[in-house]
This record gives sequence, structure tokens and C-alpha cells, in this order.
Amino acid sequence: MTTDVLIIGGGLMGFSTALQLAMRGRRCVVLDKDSPGRHASGVNAGGLRTLNRHPAEIPLAVNAARMWQDIESLVDSDCDTLFPGQIRVAENAEDMQVLEERAAMIHALGFDHEEIIDRDELYKLVPALAPHCEGGLICRSDGYGRPFHALDAFRRKAYSIGVDYHASARVDAIEHKNDEWRVSTPKGEFRAPVLVNCAGAWAGRVAAALDEPVPVKPGAPMLMITERLPRFIEPVIGAAGRKLSFKQMQNGTLMIGGAHMAELNFEHQTSDMNWAKLAVSARSVMALFPQLENVRIVRTWAGIEAFMPDNLPVISRSSTSPNAYHAFGFSAHGFQLSPVVGKIMSQLILDGKSTLPVGAFSISRF
Amino acid sequence: MKDHYPLVIIGAGPAGLAAAVIAAEHGLDVALLDEQPAPGGQIYRAMESIPAERAELLGTEYQRGRKLVSALRDSSVDYFPDTQVWSLNHKREIGLLHDKTPRMITADQVLLAGGAMERPVPFPGWTLPGVMNAGAGQILFKAHGIVPSDGVVLAGSGPLLLLLAWQYLHAGVKMKAVLDLTPMHNHLRALPHLPRALLVHHYLAKGLVYKKDLKQAGSSTLHNVSDLRAEGNEGIASISYRHKGQQHSIETDLLLVHFGVIPHTHLARAAGCRHDWDRSQQCWRPQLDNWGNSSIDGILIAGDSARIGGARTAEHAGRLAAIQSLHALGLIHQRDRNRLAKKDRKWMREELHIRPFLDAFFHIPGKLLSVPDDDTIVCRCEEVTAGDIREAVADGHHDSNQIKFLTRCGMGPCQGRQCAESVAHIVAAAGGDDVALGGHYRGRPPVTPLTLGQLASLSPEEVE
Repeated sequence: MTTDVLIIGGGLMGFSTALQLAMRGRRCVVLDKDSPGRHASGVNAGGLRTLNRHPAEIPLAVNAARMWQDIESLVDSDCDTLFPGQIRVAENAEDMQVLEERAAMIHALGFDHEEIIDRDELYKLVPALAPHCEGGLICRSDGYGRPFHALDAFRRKAYSIGVDYHASARVDAIEHKNDEWRVSTPKGEFRAPVLVNCAGAWAGRVAAALDEPVPVKPGAPMLMITERLPRFIEPVIGAAGRKLSFKQMQNGTLMIGGAHMAELNFEHQTSDMNWAKLAVSARSVMALFPQLENVRIVRTWAGIEAFMPDNLPVISRSSTSPNAYHAFGFSAHGFQLSPVVGKIMSQLILDGKSTLPVGAFSISRF
Repeated sequence: MKDHYPLVIIGAGPAGLAAAVIAAEHGLDVALLDEQPAPGGQIYRAMESIPAERAELLGTEYQRGRKLVSALRDSSVDYFPDTQVWSLNHKREIGLLHDKTPRMITADQVLLAGGAMERPVPFPGWTLPGVMNAGAGQILFKAHGIVPSDGVVLAGSGPLLLLLAWQYLHAGVKMKAVLDLTPMHNHLRALPHLPRALLVHHYLAKGLVYKKDLKQAGSSTLHNVSDLRAEGNEGIASISYRHKGQQHSIETDLLLVHFGVIPHTHLARAAGCRHDWDRSQQCWRPQLDNWGNSSIDGILIAGDSARIGGARTAEHAGRLAAIQSLHALGLIHQRDRNRLAKKDRKWMREELHIRPFLDAFFHIPGKLLSVPDDDTIVCRCEEVTAGDIREAVADGHHDSNQIKFLTRCGMGPCQGRQCAESVAHIVAAAGGDDVALGGHYRGRPPVTPLTLGQLASLSPEEVE
């Protein structure tokens, strides 16, 4: 079948791109090797974080944050978002200095979303925190959502304005002939003048087919969830000196992440938990919230994400092929960026340039 | 406990006990892990501590377990009761909790002998306090001599229902009703399998004796019952059902239900063993060769966690798997393995003659499994109803995992043990697909809950 834009990858980036293109009148087909949001999009930690972003990502994240605040107007669902703020906690003077330097740098860049808070303010916001902390860096408008619900909302909205989706349509071959992309899948051949690569951890294969190999690597960061607890904390907590992300979800469960990697078998799309590393996460939680010692962990998992060597995504036109575009490699922090990435991609495709700076995300940096 | 064993067996029921003993007899260093405080599994629970009188009431099949348990005590098996296994992977790394302390051990061969669980079948009111599984009723009786004091209604379909009714009869329990939900047409379904079942007629004879005893005692069973509901506010106050076209109701504060048993597959799934949908037993079961080898090298499965075959079959299958492990570890030659296996293989084949008949006779109607009433809760942990699931299916989600993501069904502390099968049936019925196509929840360890404090105490040396 023939369409205007072919998008490979039915995750959030793919559907967000399809949605924005469809809103501007283009016909899109999204191809997926599995089912919608099967990997990173469906099973990530759901953080909506502008805090502590790489400077190159800040303009995008700030823009995305505004879109999330009003996400219902875009996708007819609030995606279960809450905005209680995110805090990076300083546990000692050294941590505090790191955070202060960070805040100074952000202000020098002309942004004001990150703010230093002192000890008193920290304990006012997080009374449950262990008593040794010194202060923190906060973004008060940050928060979190539920990834699979967000994916579902983006997908539904995209369908409602004509986007077509094919599950179990693994890309077997890509050809460019007579100004047209031809993509063969078990679900048939699809043709369009424009091709977009949103294939996440599998995006390297698509890029290779366009003769522009990229050093994208799959990884499976581990997450764990506890039983439900009475609400005792509002903001999302990270720590300056630890790999930790900690939040109490809407239903009372605790979601604990720390970017510790599972042992991934990429071919089989399975992973083994690394319990020794998860134990490090558990010890981090114990250090900040010792009262949680007897709380039961009910579930752990590790979704497959795409990591770049510099932890920055690729948001770019192809450097080798006409009318081909990439959006992948979000290195486990793409959820928050997804609404704005769709917008940027639609601008790159339809206007030739984006209103936001994306130079740092060019595929030709490798 | 050592950090490594050539063979680790998980589960000390008939399969695990028989396997451990024969492996130890051949000089193998074997660890037997079991979550119960004493050996015997569910079927031979409390075998060592039970008063003689109660053992008598439980019948001769129960008393068979004594030999197995005492063989374990006489063996060199490293036996660890009160031990929960919370993780197993394809590298045969076992995460366990022993003496409340978590640790990881490894094994060259792992034999899973976790037995069966009662098939959860949601029906209106099944989550009310006072509705319990018949198996739970039997456990209370075996382990503590506890029986219902104010009368009880038994309902469902399966051999255990009849057995429990018979045991209660002899224990003097007042049974307000025994409601058999097996549909009449199952007789026809089972008929072709009768000749083979007659080869082991002692099972059929036993069933007939139970029935006769119940009838003589005036405690007759109502057959072909449907539309079972439990009713009440805080707890169950009454039940209602349909029989011969009439609606009936009985006041009771206890209802014990049973809808057959299905294999415990959680550890096998955690390890990544492949499973198939078994149409005749209406459950998922692991892919195994005839020695019990799973799809993962070095992981074997025997007993009811492999396929429902009953206690005697489990014993034979356990021995066969242990013999295979001895061979895989290079301790016995293939020739000796085959010779050693001969008797168990023959006995097991004989035991299995009864299964096709039982599977057909106690086939649970698809309508019951796919939870027809929209308001019935399917996932007790997250309170997700059958209607919620059907809505998700109508929205285009034809896969158990997507339904889980969307509705939270199966995301609670029980890890989907109670709802996985129901979701698969609802998806299949609503979408017109085969149950197998909807898939099964992907395993999310820990298989049994672990506290943050326990996990924090695992391998204290810093990683990275």
C-alpha cells in the first residue's frame, strides 16, 4: 500500500510523529514488529523530568513540559499525569556543591526551571526523608505519567485522525526507488515518499539499511515496584550521589529505578534481573527511607531501551538518503520528550527545519 | 547450605521426595528446597505430625506418603524446609529465602517439583470472605484438624470435591449441600476414554465408594448445577444456584469451591521455559521431553507442575527426572539410565490410563472459565472485573500482557496467579481466538514477594 509517510516503530515517538503529521493533513502508516509500546514506550518509569537534563535537551524538555501540562488537549486523555515536582537530594556538602554548580549553570543558560532548596524546604516537601540530607535541586513543575496509558492515548488519537497501524509488521527490507521508499514486511509491502525511523533499540538496523551505521546499543534498565502503601511522599526523588529514581505512584505503590542494567538477550528480547545490582537500588532506598525496610517488592522488570554513547538522542534528517528521518536513542529518558519530538519531526519533514534547536542530535555526529 | 549443588530440587511433594531420595542413593550431593515446614507437599501434608485417627480419615492414598517421607529422613539429602524460592533464571541461579535471609545459589541441574494449584474460577461473589478453595479446607483439616463447625456448602467440579465431601462426612462435618457443577454432557465427552480408564479400575471403584458412602449418609450430591453465586455484604451470607430449571438458595457462612487443579508454572516461566496450552487439561504446561527436560538446558520439571497426573504419577516422574539428571551429570551411563527408568516408566504409563477419562469427565465448561458476569472481579489484587477486561478486548487488545498494562489486571502481589487463566479465557471468548493465542503474562520476578530490606541485604559487596 502507498501512503505519505511510513514510520517504523509503534512506540511513543512513532505515534507522536504520526499524530503531528496527521494533524497537518498527511497520511501516515506506522509499522511495528510487535505490538504497540511493547518495549521502552510501554514499560519505562514514566518520569516527566526536565530536572538535570543535558543542556542540549533543555529547550526540548521545557517545551515538552508545557505540552504535558495540557496533554489532554492534544490526545484527549491526561495520561494519568501528576506534577508534584522532582527533587535531586544532596546527602552531604559535596552533593550540595554539585547541585549548586548545576543550578548556576542552568541560570547562566537563561533557564529558571531548576531551583536550589535548603534543608528546611526539603523536609517540608519530603518529611519522610531520612534526617541526614542537606538540601536539594528541584523542578517544581516536573512529575510523572503512566507510560502505557500515554502510549494508548497517543495511539487512539492518531487513529482517530486517520493514522494507520500494522502490528507484527517486522521490517525485512528497505529500498529506495523512483523517489519512493519501499518497505517489505510479513504484512506486505508499504510505499511512501517519506520514511521515519522511530525503531528504538532496533533503530540501528534501519539506519544501517540506509547506509548510515550508528553506535546505538540496546540496554535494559531494571525497575521494581512494591506493594501499595498509604501515601507518604509526593515529589519524585533522585539523589545527587546515587543512581536512584523513587516515586510513589497514584495507587500507592513505589516505583524504584536506578539505571542499573539487567542482563539482556537482545535476540530473544528477554532479560535476566541482576539481583546484586537491584540490591544496590534497595540499599539506596534504605539509606534515604529506612522506614521502608519491610515493604514487599512485588515485581521487577527491564524494558529494552536504545542507548547512545553520549546519552543524547538522534533527532535528525538522514545524512545519506533523501526524505528519510530519525528519532531514536533516547537513552532511557525519552518519555518526557515524546510530545515535542513528534512536533519536531513533523516540522523537519514538512517545513525543512524545526523551531527548536536540534543540531546536537544530528545523526552525522557519529 | 552450600553456594552450589549438582542438583537442586524445588518442592518436597511426591515428585521432589522420590527424586531427591534416588539421586542421593546414587551418591549425588542434592539439595531439596521446600516452602513448607515439613516434607510431603500438599497431598501428604503434615505426614509426620498427624494423629493416627486423622490420617485414617484421610484415607489410604494419603497414608502412602509415609514411605516417601521416611525415605527422605533416612537419606543424605540436604533438605531445607521453610525456604522460598523467589527467582530462577536460565543460568540456574536460584534466589531463595532461608531463615529469612536471602541468598543466591547455583546448580548444574534444577528439578522443579512445585506441584499444582487449584484452578481459580471467578464467579459472582467469589471474593467474599467465607468463600474458600476446597484445597484450603483440606489443608486446614490435614495440618490442624480444623473442620467447619457450622456447616458448609461444597461446590464445583473435580475429584477433590468428592474426596473432601467424603473426608468431611467421616469427620462428622455437617454438609448443607454438595453442588456438582460438572455439566451432564461431560459423561458423553468422557465415555470414549472409559475403556482405558477401566485398566486402572481401582480409581473408579474408589470414586464410586465415596459416592455410595455419601448417599448412604443422606448427604446427596446435586448434579448438573449451574449459575453459582455467593451473596452477602461483609461476608458470605448465602449462596444461590440453578438446578433442574429452578433457582435455589441456601444460607451459609462458608462455601468451599473446587474447579480442578492446574500446574504451578511460575518458576518455570521465570526461568523462561516454553509452555503450551493443553486443551484437554485446560491449562498451560511446560514443554518437556519424556525425561522431564524443559526447553532450558539443565532445568527439569516433574509431577503435577509438569502436567496433572496425581501423586503416584508424580512419584514416578520425579524418579525419572532424577535418573536423567544423574545421567546428565555423567554419573550413570545412558544404558543404566534407561534400565533404571524401566519400572517407573511402566508404572507411570499405567497410572496415566485414568487421566483422559478424568480430564474429559471434569472438563470445566468454557462459559464458566470466561467469566460471563461483567461485574465479577477477575483480579482480586487490583480489583479488575471481567467487564473491564472485555472492554479492553473490545478496544483492540488481544494479548494478555497488553490487557495487564492497560487494566493492571495481574499486577498485584499475587503476580497474576489468580487471574492469568481467566484473562486468557476471556480474551479467547471475546475475540473468538484460541486461548493459546492470547499468550500468558510475562513473568516479573520475584516469584514470591521479597522485602526491600531483604533485597538490600543480598550480596553486600558494592557492585560497580
